[in-house]
Amino acid sequence: MRLDLRHLNKSYDANRVIDDMTVDFGELRSLALIGPSGGGKSTLLRIIAGLVAPDSGDIALNGEQLRFNEPALRAHRRQLGVVFQAYNLFPHLSALTNITLPLEKVHGLAPAAAAELARETLRRFALADHAHKKPAELSGGQKQRVAIARAIAIKPRLLLFDEPTSALDPEMTAEVLDVIEELKNEGRDFLLVTHEMGFARHVADRVAFLAQGRIIEHAPAEELFANPQSQECRDFLARILRH
Amino acid sequence: MPRLTRILSFIAAFVLLAGICAGAFALLDYHWNWAQAASYWRLFLDGWLTTVGISALAIPFSCLIGMLLALARRAPIMPLRDAVQIFVELTRGTPLLVQLFIYWYAFGEKLSSDLRLIAGALTLSFFEGAYISEIFRAGIEGVGASQLETARSLGFSRVQTYRYVIFPLALRQSLPPLAGQFASIIKDSSLLSVLGIAEFSLAATQTNSITYTTFEIYLPVALGYLILTLPISLWTQRLEQRARFET
Repeated sequence: MRLDLRHLNKSYDANRVIDDMTVDFGELRSLALIGPSGGGKSTLLRIIAGLVAPDSGDIALNGEQLRFNEPALRAHRRQLGVVFQAYNLFPHLSALTNITLPLEKVHGLAPAAAAELARETLRRFALADHAHKKPAELSGGQKQRVAIARAIAIKPRLLLFDEPTSALDPEMTAEVLDVIEELKNEGRDFLLVTHEMGFARHVADRVAFLAQGRIIEHAPAEELFANPQSQECRDFLARILRH
Repeated sequence: MPRLTRILSFIAAFVLLAGICAGAFALLDYHWNWAQAASYWRLFLDGWLTTVGISALAIPFSCLIGMLLALARRAPIMPLRDAVQIFVELTRGTPLLVQLFIYWYAFGEKLSSDLRLIAGALTLSFFEGAYISEIFRAGIEGVGASQLETARSLGFSRVQTYRYVIFPLALRQSLPPLAGQFASIIKDSSLLSVLGIAEFSLAATQTNSITYTTFEIYLPVALGYLILTLPISLWTQRLEQRARFET
């Protein structure tokens, strides 16, 4: 993917969450966004996902300028798979239906084809036995894997993960990180907001450090963690890696 | 709790209450005369059936009205939202009896008797619809922002979001209070008797004015309403249990 941001701004009331953000990441497969809470990571992910409109500025994904009107945004969202921190499965639908519903209603698949594809995806993540369970009957790790299955079933151009393991205990975190790593090895493009520094370093081609609504620095993963350039990033990593 | 204990406890409570009632009636020194009241059974049956008919009309009508009002409360047109809010507040703030008379002298009086029944059921539906709209509104507003964001992120349109996400979730939330409102509709329909609609309560009033056997008439009438409302109330309890289970 190619991601190019120009003078991006977003405020909530008086709070400037994205502050004149300009960066061209160039060509890359996987990008991790790290940084302190409130630094603008999730907002940036939501802008890229077409869920939040910036107050001003431009954003281009793979050379295509995002247009922030509803029909264009809907077309944009269809091509992306978003995985949220709180899984966000529909609680009234089974795991299987959570996956088939967008396939049928948004992507126009016939019910049989959608069910087949959903089963195949669930099988892949070892969730076949849980196809007919409601989210309330699944563990956190299982829920998040169903959510990932839902996101990849539509064959997205880009996957967006918004702190996908923040609500999980360590064992389930590993379960979900394994899945993400597998997707990376398959060559899928993704953008990941995470607090798992080890994982970011391991799985992302490039890591960007965000604070106070700006991208302070970005570099290939090894480089950024081994040799952070900015004082903010050094402080942040020192704080977070101390334990 | 073991099932047997529950049943025994229920029977004990029932016997106790029945005993208190029997004792109270014994103190009254009341001369029961069931035969006379029973001779009007036909009138009662017709009345009861009319009440069933009014309820069968008013329950779906009031749901429809409630749904439309709840949606209008969320419409992007502000005067429409305000109009609905004014209607809901006026309707909920005044007694049904008063509304019945006002609607009646405005519209109902001139109608033939079949239409009167429908007009009465409609009036009732508008009253109950105002309450139901609030139930639906609470249900719709209870659907979490994260669910809406997910629907958007998956590329659902506004209509699809309502159809596949908001309505099913809101309905789940709304069902227990909605079922309770259905019982209210059945009971409130007794007020249509003041308009001369020959439903269950009017049959009782009319019979009583002939026989003066108040208890022999109104106790069966109470039973007749319970036959309709008790299943709903039991259903409500089950729904509430299930809703607790799912969350």
